[in-house]
Amino acid sequence: MAVLVVADHDNQALRDTTLKTVAAAQSLSNEIDVLVLGHGAESAAQAAAKIAGVRKVLLAEGEPLGRMIAEAVEAVIVPLMAGYDALLVPSTSAGKNFAPRVAAKLDVMQLSDVVQVVDAETFVRPIYAGNALETVRSSDAKKVITVRPTAFKAVAGEGGSAPVERLSASAEAPGTRFVNEEMVVSDRPELGAAKIVVSGGRALGSAEEFRAVIEPLADKIGAAVGASRAAVDAGYAPNDYQVGQTGKVVAPDLYIAVGISGAIQHLAGMKDSKVIVAINKDADAPIFQVADYGWVADYKTAIPALMEELGKSGK
Amino acid sequence: MKVLVPVKRVIDYNVKVRVKPDQSGVDLANVKMSMDPFDEIAVEEAVRLKEKGSATEIVVVSIGPSQAQETIRTALAMGADRGILIQHDAVVEPLAVAKLLKGVVAEEQPGLVVMGKQAIDDDNNATGQMLAALLDWPQATFASKVELTGEGANVTREVDGGLQTLSVKLPAIVTTDLRLNEPRYASLPNIMKAKKKPIDVKSPADYGVDPTPRHTVLKVTEPAKRQAGIKVESAADLVMKLRNEAGVL
Repeated sequence: MAVLVVADHDNQALRDTTLKTVAAAQSLSNEIDVLVLGHGAESAAQAAAKIAGVRKVLLAEGEPLGRMIAEAVEAVIVPLMAGYDALLVPSTSAGKNFAPRVAAKLDVMQLSDVVQVVDAETFVRPIYAGNALETVRSSDAKKVITVRPTAFKAVAGEGGSAPVERLSASAEAPGTRFVNEEMVVSDRPELGAAKIVVSGGRALGSAEEFRAVIEPLADKIGAAVGASRAAVDAGYAPNDYQVGQTGKVVAPDLYIAVGISGAIQHLAGMKDSKVIVAINKDADAPIFQVADYGWVADYKTAIPALMEELGKSGK
Repeated sequence: MKVLVPVKRVIDYNVKVRVKPDQSGVDLANVKMSMDPFDEIAVEEAVRLKEKGSATEIVVVSIGPSQAQETIRTALAMGADRGILIQHDAVVEPLAVAKLLKGVVAEEQPGLVVMGKQAIDDDNNATGQMLAALLDWPQATFASKVELTGEGANVTREVDGGLQTLSVKLPAIVTTDLRLNEPRYASLPNIMKAKKKPIDVKSPADYGVDPTPRHTVLKVTEPAKRQAGIKVESAADLVMKLRNEAGVL
């Protein structure tokens, strides 16, 4: 069987998510082609050609593809799928946007956010925000799969020398026009991709306190900032900081929860973190049941002490 | 302009999900059910469009068991005008839901469909995009701001790393993200009024759609449980352990 992987890239370089999605594809087939969609994405296509084990790279370019407009992406991928048995897409915001559109055009029920490939028909995916895992068998002739990249180990980005084939397919999106883009300019890493996340909860008591306590700690250790739903609902932190079932699902190497009690809906968003630290003055807070390191302490004294300790050791 | 809002009845987001011991699924017996939180945001957005005079009528549709009428009533109490229940007791996957909604769109001819980006039970994040594909309509998913401009809508979308604004021609599909609005609580008088609003009951066959799932669930299991770890007593202790024991600093 032949499979098509859609690359995630910034036109210059591939993101790690591409290498992880190729890893998922390798558990299905050895005939892996990578599709690079973009605008001025030649370098990304050359990078894709170097991925170990890739048979061929397809490059389609155009302005709407540079913005990953779903209708344009659909127009490129759907005709290509005549030659493939499966489509694998990293479940980034762009991937989540266009993959179901392709699936519906192919009359296929998508396999969303796959975390394990059991065999060519059978996949494991999280449901209920990761509170359960379902193993499903798809009866569709072709598979459309979005892959949760954090669940797979990246393949080598070097060692391959696949040919790059340029596609001339038209990619129009007549009903949709790109207006603008506001990317967050922050020295902090992005919440979904950060290696360390520091999150604050309702105990912080105010937006000022959140900024004064959580943000300096995050900056000291190069972390992204998160928040519990309670803190967001109370207006202490903006909505896009929210970690949880209805917010962002994160799985960093280190998650530090400050003044967060650990409501189910928050735990659902962070319990796959490698190491969890909880700082809370309530010894009975549920967060301590999932924390690797619990510190029963008032954040008001604990965080300054932690900052000082980190400062001592040069961090 | 008519606005169509599909809503799903799901397990309440505050309920602790329990996997059945026989691994056949999640225990839904005697569990609080509510409208999907993203759908609630969609209903709120539609009601605001009506309050601004941009929308003339809000039709709410749900696909599910007869109890999904309660979910429709909730939307009616928030300000929607009438409801359609496509009654089906078994699981309906996003692809079949999209096909059913395509049938509803053909009948109702809305200028805009606003719906949640994702149901918090199956977490597929697919139905809106699939409906857009089946209708060949533009889509603006994960919306944090919607502005109607006459023949179109400017929709700001939450994308990885920031925001993207698209201008889509109507009719179009918009799926909602968390930041779009804060849904209102229905007032008691509006809850009473909602009881009198009409709900049509239909079946998948009325739309010529076969709702048989394409996926067979072989098993549902609990993810590996985390063990509670150890307690630390001081900042020095914590930093030392993170550095030397866990190796994450």
